[in-house]
Amino acid sequence: MWAVSLLLLGPPLAFLGVFLLYPLQGILRESFFREGASLTDLRPLIDDTFYLERAWFTLWQAALSTILTLAVALPCAFVLARYDFRGKSSLMAVATVPFVLPTIVVAVAFTALLGPSGAANAALMDLFDLETPPIQVLDTLWIILIAHVFYNFAMAARIIAAYWTNLDPRMADASAMLGAGRVETFFRVTLPLLRAPILAAGSLVFLFCFTSFGVILILGGPRYGTIETEIYHETVFLFRLPVAATLALIQIVFTFFVMATYASLQRTAPRAAIERRRERRWSAADRLVVASAVGGMLLATLLPLGALVERSVHSVDGYTLHFYQTLGENVRKQILFVTPLTAVRNSIGFALLTLVLALPIGTLAAYGSVRLRRHGALVEALLLLPLGVSAITLGLGFIVTLNRPPLDLRGSWMMLVIAHTLVAYPFVARTVGSQLRGMDPRLREAARVLGASPGRVFLEVDVPLIWRSLAAGAVFAFAVSMGEFGATLLIARPEWPTIPIAIFRYLNQPGALQYGQALAMSVILMGVTAAGFLLLDCLRYREIGAF
Amino acid sequence: MRKRILPAILLCCALTGLALAAACGDDDSGGSKTLTVITHDSFNLTEDLIKGFEKDNGVTVKLLPKGDAGAMITSVILSKDHPEGDMLFGVDNTFLSRALDADVFVAYSSPLLNKVPNDLQKDGSNKVTPIDYGYVNFNYDSDALKKANLQPPKTLEDLTDPKFKGKVVVENPATSSTGLAFLVATVDYFGKDGYIDWWKKMRANDLKVVDGWETAYNTNFTLKGGQQPIVLSYASSPAFEQMFAKTPRADSPTGNVLPPKGVFRQIEYAGILKGTKNEKLARKFIDFLLSKAVQEDVPGQMAVYPVNTDAAVPEAFAKFGKVDVAAANVSAKDIAASRDRWIDEWTKAVLR
Repeated sequence: MWAVSLLLLGPPLAFLGVFLLYPLQGILRESFFREGASLTDLRPLIDDTFYLERAWFTLWQAALSTILTLAVALPCAFVLARYDFRGKSSLMAVATVPFVLPTIVVAVAFTALLGPSGAANAALMDLFDLETPPIQVLDTLWIILIAHVFYNFAMAARIIAAYWTNLDPRMADASAMLGAGRVETFFRVTLPLLRAPILAAGSLVFLFCFTSFGVILILGGPRYGTIETEIYHETVFLFRLPVAATLALIQIVFTFFVMATYASLQRTAPRAAIERRRERRWSAADRLVVASAVGGMLLATLLPLGALVERSVHSVDGYTLHFYQTLGENVRKQILFVTPLTAVRNSIGFALLTLVLALPIGTLAAYGSVRLRRHGALVEALLLLPLGVSAITLGLGFIVTLNRPPLDLRGSWMMLVIAHTLVAYPFVARTVGSQLRGMDPRLREAARVLGASPGRVFLEVDVPLIWRSLAAGAVFAFAVSMGEFGATLLIARPEWPTIPIAIFRYLNQPGALQYGQALAMSVILMGVTAAGFLLLDCLRYREIGAF
Repeated sequence: MRKRILPAILLCCALTGLALAAACGDDDSGGSKTLTVITHDSFNLTEDLIKGFEKDNGVTVKLLPKGDAGAMITSVILSKDHPEGDMLFGVDNTFLSRALDADVFVAYSSPLLNKVPNDLQKDGSNKVTPIDYGYVNFNYDSDALKKANLQPPKTLEDLTDPKFKGKVVVENPATSSTGLAFLVATVDYFGKDGYIDWWKKMRANDLKVVDGWETAYNTNFTLKGGQQPIVLSYASSPAFEQMFAKTPRADSPTGNVLPPKGVFRQIEYAGILKGTKNEKLARKFIDFLLSKAVQEDVPGQMAVYPVNTDAAVPEAFAKFGKVDVAAANVSAKDIAASRDRWIDEWTKAVLR
């Protein structure tokens, strides 16, 4: 048992060791044991309650964001899992698009929509004849929470729905038969059965909000900060590396323990028999439920995204496609110019490579850690660490360690794929893992008893069951890469500019043209990502191997 | 069932193949010498100029952007023993001391420095060479001010007037080099004892503070649909707004606020990194950066001014980006010595 687990865990652990732990120890050592470093360097951490306040804020905003995200995601997941309707894939594709958008672009959208002179306020002021804008959320805690939900709810809904779809509805039917109402059935039967995917989704959302950077800095305004933003500040602005390294360590240790707790909670989650959902007739109530969920999701995502599209065709003299038409023209003959086609090609190329690496690594990690009886929770927490590590710390870690043969990867595009995979595979591991855990072992045992070889059991029992989760994991791996999580890792490569890089290049110069082109590029990013999601969803909705 | 899985697996393999082919298609293994230049994300030049340099010297120039200027210098210092590049472009006078203290450069004095005014050279101490500079100052949105019946401000004191209440946005000096540069300018403008009072008054006047230039300019500035008609930006920004307007225009939609000593001159330097095996080429590249051709190219590419006095600036820069006042006079050394304290005092006065 142990041997098999280790064999399965070997590749993911090796990947983690070489590309996360090794660079981390390098940068931590460099920070703590630099020439002239001493313990007094850490004085600021003890003298000032500031850091404690930041840590406390980091924690509670992440917890609150997670709860809110799950609260929004659960009804969406219910509708996605229990009803079939036309346009479901498109809806999910659109709802997941925010996940890849750079924060500054989302800030432009939110300002256009929720700002003091934004569309929402203008409409409300008009409607109720108000003097002052009623919505004042920019630079408050609210906008941080809204943004976190906006970024993450579709991801959470996907994870929960992938599992829920496979849940046997007869349990709930039995409960109803025994006289329980719908509410009671939900809370006493369905919700406990969904514990595994809810915990999986919740832990991922929590990690993302816990290490939140752009949302806090750009949308939250200068009064807010997380441990992650402080690490960046201490490293880049104050150059107090020992303080930064200590904060990074605190973040990692904390992440580890929270994830270990999650993992052990998940291990005791009830298992459910698996059954395909049945088709049924829609009652009026069904229609209402579906319509309101779909309407809510569309409102929450299409409005901000629509605001971006609107701004990308907006200019002083009316609506225009000028910014799209000029995207491919290198008017200034720049050496670091990116045509939209190149950027799209590179982004897709990196995303596919990330898929190819993250899917097997994540699946192996899931199988290995599910099989482990003892210390399984710890191993799982370890495998999730990439999501809790500060980007700037890891980026500098790459620079100080992966700089000599055989691992001189600093100038290589492979570094980008590796970095994307590092963030992507935990998603695959989580989604697949929660599905595996919910799987009734008797299914496999039955297949074995009937004479199937282990390989055949895997192909004909496991694969059909984890297929949805695998597809959900693939969507995230793709999204992580499209969203360019390498930008802050100091490993951007000018020969391989991606769409987000192109957006940043436009946004860091003044000029109406640059602004318009940045938004046009963002719309292209939205389109390409949505198309990618749709393609991956085709795999998911193909019913394979129903018993 | 296997029938359905197989095509899926084949599809995956095909996609992988495609992606690999796309990624490996044109790898940069030329065989000739390579000069690696570490720089920040805002670097750009006209392609033909770089190609010309490559041709003249039989070398491939590899550009390596490393995040913002602060992240770039941090990564260069940390990889001192195994430098990632032969030289660096883009360290500015707010971060210069950190790089000089870490002793990462090899000294070089370009013969072309005789074209560069002395006061642009004094902080470099022969280790780094000034290549371009810019001014950090306030821009205003002309139409928005006109609509509010306001005259553009002339001095920094003007901005504390209630008529500009809530109309000014600046970048946080604790997270933005633009914000930091301007904070330094206010220390010189109001004096070490007086600057914080001005900031306190600005706070009382509903000063808006955001994380960085990209946010301030793209989301807060009225020109882009925000709330503040006065933004902390650069003296070259109005020129860029004129040059890159959607429909050609003779004027600029924005203007500069240029109080004497109330602007900060940000100088960008290039330096040769210790440990390089291409020192000669790196020197040539620095000469190249100082050459008239490149110097005349930098304004239109990076929105900065050339240091070489022979270089002409584009018409828009002469018209809308002219700075004829003295900049704040604070040496890189003084900035390094007091930067953290100023940021700290500022944070307490403006944010807490």
